[in-house]
Amino acid sequence: MSERNVWIFIEQDGGKLADISLELLAKGQELAQTLGSQVWALLCGFEVGELAESLIQHGADHVLVVDHPELEIYRTLPYTRVAADLLRERQPYIFLVGASPVGRDLAPRIASAVKAGLTADCTDLQIGDYTVKKDNVVYKDLLYQIRPAFGGNIIATIVNPKTRPQMATVREGVMRRREPDLTRQGSIENITPVFQPQDFALQVLSREMREPTVRLKDSPVIVAGGAGVESQSEFDLIRELANVIGGEVGASRAAVDAGYISREHQIGQTGTTVRPRLYIAAGISGAIQHRAGMDKSNKIIAINTDPNAPIFQVAHYKIVGDLGEVLPLLIRALRERVK
Amino acid sequence: MPPARPYHSIVLIKQVPDTRNVTGDVMTPDGTMNRSALPAIFNPEDLNALEMALDFKDRYGGTVTVMSMGPLQAAEVLRDSLCRGADQVILLSDRKFAGADTQATSYTLKCAIDKLGEYDLVFCGRQAIDGDTAQVGPQIAEKLNIPQITYAESIIEADEGDIVVLRAFDLGTELVKCTLPCLLTVVDSANQPRPASARKRIEYKLAAIPAEYPKLLKKWPEFGSEEVLENYLAERNLMITVWSAADLNADESQLGLGGSPTQVHKVSYVVLETSESKDIPATPEAFRH
Repeated sequence: MSERNVWIFIEQDGGKLADISLELLAKGQELAQTLGSQVWALLCGFEVGELAESLIQHGADHVLVVDHPELEIYRTLPYTRVAADLLRERQPYIFLVGASPVGRDLAPRIASAVKAGLTADCTDLQIGDYTVKKDNVVYKDLLYQIRPAFGGNIIATIVNPKTRPQMATVREGVMRRREPDLTRQGSIENITPVFQPQDFALQVLSREMREPTVRLKDSPVIVAGGAGVESQSEFDLIRELANVIGGEVGASRAAVDAGYISREHQIGQTGTTVRPRLYIAAGISGAIQHRAGMDKSNKIIAINTDPNAPIFQVAHYKIVGDLGEVLPLLIRALRERVK
Repeated sequence: MPPARPYHSIVLIKQVPDTRNVTGDVMTPDGTMNRSALPAIFNPEDLNALEMALDFKDRYGGTVTVMSMGPLQAAEVLRDSLCRGADQVILLSDRKFAGADTQATSYTLKCAIDKLGEYDLVFCGRQAIDGDTAQVGPQIAEKLNIPQITYAESIIEADEGDIVVLRAFDLGTELVKCTLPCLLTVVDSANQPRPASARKRIEYKLAAIPAEYPKLLKKWPEFGSEEVLENYLAERNLMITVWSAADLNADESQLGLGGSPTQVHKVSYVVLETSESKDIPATPEAFRH
């Protein structure tokens, strides 16, 4: 296709747009500008037409609205039907989906249906060329799908030279969304879906979703604990420090696995990606899995007993010491300052 | 709940390098990795998938067949599956499978499931810790043209043609009813996998793929020849089946590296940013500022 459009799957729940979809619209605009093409948003749901304008304001040039009662609650098969049919018909160049629970359920299903290559959990996307030396072929302007691999120990750039669309899921919180531009113009197209009986093999009997109680992503200050935390009472020091400076509590996988705190607080490759103004890492060695989720923080203070801990290599302030001793000092110093 | 029939379950498992315990020995000073320093383990969430299948069999009867695609060393996790209670295990191993991305992997596993024939449920772990993609399960379900239930936490009940499953997310749950056959991907909070039984460990000590016969003969020279050993294993149902590409009736252009739409353009080892940094001594005085 000469159009080389960039499609974004828009995730919404009960008419509320997912942050990741808005982040993808912004990134999509960047990619489309490089390619000289357009960003199309694929919006599925029931009575969601009103959201189309907002998608245009956030970067969509064209919105495909698929509005149908069967699409009210997300289910894999009806959504796959809609997306796969449209992808086959319109042949976009790139199709991006959020790496959310919904996106990670849907994207592989669609990729399998349309036989497209798919890369999971990308943390960056770029446009670039790919040369196959063996065949002496150059593929121009492919989507570089950049993701941590092998438990986060390496960063891989993946390409889909031959299959279209080039599909990727993208982690929430890694790309920045744009401020809505109320004057932005775009077009809206309504699509009538055609389902098959087998699309309704699964029924949702009940659903209980709660609002996140932890807003790690939006918190300007995060205090996080890791494997160096040796007890629940030591972890309470992390909470106390977070309280004193008005921050949110984070954790590495080790601290979550140890049961000190719930998985919602996990930061890193398999948790939340954050970029606060201040990140205090206490007893976190800084395995790449963790750093992948926090290394873009503005200022990083690291506390660790091991002077060679990798976390110190991304830290702006290094404190070599035992967190059981250092944190009370920090808490006291901060309390005194507040007084 | 009506007394349901026995169900045939297939569990798909993977042997993975233990990427969760990357230590100093693994990362070399130049930032590259020494993968052989990582122990090969049973992918953690695949153990949860196996446990869910075994528990389902305990409740309703039926069979549990475990399959794994991988190098010959993956026979180890299949033996482990037998010791945990699997009825039958199959290794899919062929150089032609190597270098597969999730698309080619799911195609290979789909062909193997087709070859196996009748089934009601396919269980997979939610994701494998070496790639963390969570793609293979849904991709197999699409290729088998059956529904999928990802993030499965527990099977509430089953009857002749349907299954009721609780799905678990970070921020809630969903109760779904789905027609059989279907594919489930199982999360780690689903259950506590049962350990291998000591009795079965003894029972399956000799369970082996043909490539392991020389090793067994070395340990138990009394068998004398591979032929005698194989007869002995066959009589006791201890031969682990190995299927190659030729056994799967697969379109070879869709296997392995050649059948993978995604290609690795570049791999960079993570280089730590050196930022301007400041040391602060861990003393009360230092924190006053």
